Amino acid sequence: MHPTDFTIRGALEALGEGIVTSEALTAAHLEAIEALNPRLNAFVTVTAERAMEAARASDRRRANGVARPLDGVPLAIKDLFCTEGTRTTAASRILGDFVPPYESTVTANLLRDGAVFLGKANLDEFAMGSSNATSAFGEVENPWKRGNDDGTRLVPGGSSGGSAAAVAARLAMGATATDTGGSIRQPAAFCGIAGMKPTYGRCSRWGVVAFASSLDTPGPVARTVEDCAILLGSMAGHDPRDATSADRPVPDFAAACARGVRGLRIGVPREYRLEGMPDEIEALWQQGLAWLRAEGAEIVDISLPHTKYALPTYYIVAPAEASSNLARYDGVRFGRRVEGGDLKDLYERTRAAGFGAEVKRRIMIGTYVLSAGYYDAYYVRAQRVRALIKRDFDEAFRSVDAIVTPATPSAAFAAGEKQDDPVAMYLNDVFTVTANLAGIPGLAVPAGFDRQGLPLGLQVLGRDFDEETVFAVGTAIEHAAKLTAVPQVRAFA
Amino acid sequence: MSYTIEGQTGPWELVIGLEVHAQVTSQAKLFSGAATAFGAAPNSQVSFVDAGFPGMLPVINRECVAQAVRTGLGLNAQVNPWSRFDRKNYFYADLPQGYQISQFAHPIVGTGVVTVELSDGSVKEIGITRLHLEQDAGKSIHDQHPTKSYIDLNRSGVALMEIVSEPDMRSPEEAGAYLTKLRQILRYLGTCDGNMEEGSLRADVNVSVRKSGEAFRTRCEVKNVNSIRFVMQAVEAEARRQIEVWESGGTVEQETRLFDTVRGETRSMRSKEDAHDYRYFPDPDLPPLVIDPAWIEELRAGLPELPDARRARYVNEFGLSAYDASVLVAEKETAAFYEEVAAGRDPKVAANWVMGDFFAMLNRLGKGIEDSPVSARHLGALLDLIADRTLSGKMAKEVLEAMGETGKPPGTIVEERGLRQVTDTGAIEAAVDAILAANPDKVAQYREKPTLFGWFVGQVMKAMKGQGNPALVNEVLKAKLDA
Repeated sequence: MHPTDFTIRGALEALGEGIVTSEALTAAHLEAIEALNPRLNAFVTVTAERAMEAARASDRRRANGVARPLDGVPLAIKDLFCTEGTRTTAASRILGDFVPPYESTVTANLLRDGAVFLGKANLDEFAMGSSNATSAFGEVENPWKRGNDDGTRLVPGGSSGGSAAAVAARLAMGATATDTGGSIRQPAAFCGIAGMKPTYGRCSRWGVVAFASSLDTPGPVARTVEDCAILLGSMAGHDPRDATSADRPVPDFAAACARGVRGLRIGVPREYRLEGMPDEIEALWQQGLAWLRAEGAEIVDISLPHTKYALPTYYIVAPAEASSNLARYDGVRFGRRVEGGDLKDLYERTRAAGFGAEVKRRIMIGTYVLSAGYYDAYYVRAQRVRALIKRDFDEAFRSVDAIVTPATPSAAFAAGEKQDDPVAMYLNDVFTVTANLAGIPGLAVPAGFDRQGLPLGLQVLGRDFDEETVFAVGTAIEHAAKLTAVPQVRAFA
Repeated sequence: MSYTIEGQTGPWELVIGLEVHAQVTSQAKLFSGAATAFGAAPNSQVSFVDAGFPGMLPVINRECVAQAVRTGLGLNAQVNPWSRFDRKNYFYADLPQGYQISQFAHPIVGTGVVTVELSDGSVKEIGITRLHLEQDAGKSIHDQHPTKSYIDLNRSGVALMEIVSEPDMRSPEEAGAYLTKLRQILRYLGTCDGNMEEGSLRADVNVSVRKSGEAFRTRCEVKNVNSIRFVMQAVEAEARRQIEVWESGGTVEQETRLFDTVRGETRSMRSKEDAHDYRYFPDPDLPPLVIDPAWIEELRAGLPELPDARRARYVNEFGLSAYDASVLVAEKETAAFYEEVAAGRDPKVAANWVMGDFFAMLNRLGKGIEDSPVSARHLGALLDLIADRTLSGKMAKEVLEAMGETGKPPGTIVEERGLRQVTDTGAIEAAVDAILAANPDKVAQYREKPTLFGWFVGQVMKAMKGQGNPALVNEVLKAKLDA
């Protein structure tokens, strides 16, 4: 077995038994990055030297008997997490060569637990996008190919496209990601890996470049559900520097994976059955439910009546917050500056040159919906609908323990396919935005393939702060699916 | 008769409301741990939160909330157990986040009332509309370089309380009295140092004029007035300007104006059309501010005595006149000084000395009560020396003067100068006898002319180098002359 094929669980065991060293694991991943990143473009920055130093330090700790929970595991870090001393770009030109003098809480937690950072993963600019096409550092290629391999480049999904592609292609064992409307779950589904958006407040947002503060949720992507649980265990925890961080203990997520689903009630929301949804998505959904039933779960039809308003609500709330959050990128204190005749001119030139088209579109939408005369009609109303969506889930979770839906309305699409139609692009988030609006945890788990052999995922939603049940259901689906196919594009076949 | 300004068309009434920005006294800023000291080197008190760096988040400073609650209680106002922070969005170089965190829709403190005393002895209640917490912006400095502006972010993120009054004031005097009283309450509470020169307290003055009995006319806001005197001047100048506009057939436009303290007039800063659309919305980084009623009660229990209560106590318990009590409570430091002097002594005598010779001495020395060379303890000791007849009132004045010059306690000065008052009747009798024996002609005249008594007193005191107890000298002299 090649060292890049290890799961995190497997690697930790092998490291513990002395079968491999972190140095070897890290070197193998750096080699894979060197071989494949020029093609996949999953990393915008590779920190090879620092990674090797960290790996050797990890091996020393292990030799001294003071290994930490994630010691020696090589990870990719979405380039939205500020990393002390390493350039952080948010995949935007406007941050220029910004090198944060601080480490985000989530990455600091991972470092505390011994993780090795390989580099910074590509993403949609400021995490705004569903195909990683809006990155100032170029598109990311999905390592999966259609069965007929007609040479089509597929998107990895977004916004955590670099994280998902890197993990799927074995350039990293796992990665940090963030999910504002589906940015963990959709790329995980497109790349055939698992991705967990935990409950809002479970992972600190401190040091994560903000997109939409009330929705942004850091979380992990990895090749197995259990690996996601292991990573989340390190990433999560109360942070007094984030006022929205939840002050509650972090449970043993990894242990929860093996709980099984016997006796659980699984909800199937009728509103997620979209008109025109491909048969294979519906079939996959039914298959997933059948597996769970076979494992002893009870399947229950439920209704989440305000689901159809979720997408428009999301596309008011998220841009509104973004328009304000991105005001700080003004060329005055850090990042890129384009000089101008006066202050206003400097702002306009800096922001015109620094932001890409999608970011500008969302800033304009957000500015519009917050403007005097429109605020009540858009923002206030969207907040009311958001409360109703949350209430739908609260009602549903009185009678079910988890909800299972498709993760995405389709498999990965071709690069450039939906570029000219923002609304078609926004529809990618149709199954995922509800969890962000409600704040609840959502997991994407690989469950099958479409006719062209591209991965498809199911989504498991759970109660606030009940990631454990979500992990248990996800693991049951994963075990039943017994998927063995791997992406065609890998460094070491 | 209420205050009016006489125009060509008759008398005009003034309508005034104040928005006061008071810097919260606290060690750290409202949403970051950075320090707040005044006068520090530029950009030396700035955290990454204050500078708006990527991924930085605000966390509310509990002490600033406590200060706002204390202030609300001190203004007899409703403290809202649920309030919320909003973002006020606008671009400026000294506003690093591109928005100011403020409380727009749901302030921490609701309606309250402040009672002011006016010079004619009348009392007026001024309504408080609300008090909310917000962060200050940084400072742009435009005059240090021909083509560049400098930015100092030390103030960025410092906690402010914006205290909004009802449009209840009707004259410059009332506006001045309100601001004076508000400042006094804040200083008593210790929630704002009230230092207007350093910008800890600034007022935006809303002024309109109307004919008697009319509804409100359009108001203008005069921004950032930084002294009580200027507030009063700005009110009058702006009212006169508006009267002129109305009387010349024009219309007062709602706008923001500045007060030119040199020329004593207001001038336009920006009109309503130029007003920003601030796009207020709830700050998603901050959960609603929920205050436990038990904590409010705890803060209430810890409140110091406020000026109104203290003045009432001086009148009722100490028997001071309302005027004297007002003078003594005006400044927290004066009241504290007075109470230390009065403790265990006659409160009226203490008041007379503090307000009389002591204030006069400070004036002469050009000093304030904070840097007075005479401490309350020493002044109290001086009063004790009068009470036990060691010093006469006249001698005590002399001793106080020496205390002011040297900073020494009164006992030391009495020792050094041998100023001890003579109360030994034997010594006084001897001195009296000597004077009477030396002046038989005067004694004879006295029978005809009792007003000569004062001359004898003067002679005896002179012989005793001023140290004879005046009452005893009088007593002995009287007895001997009338014998």
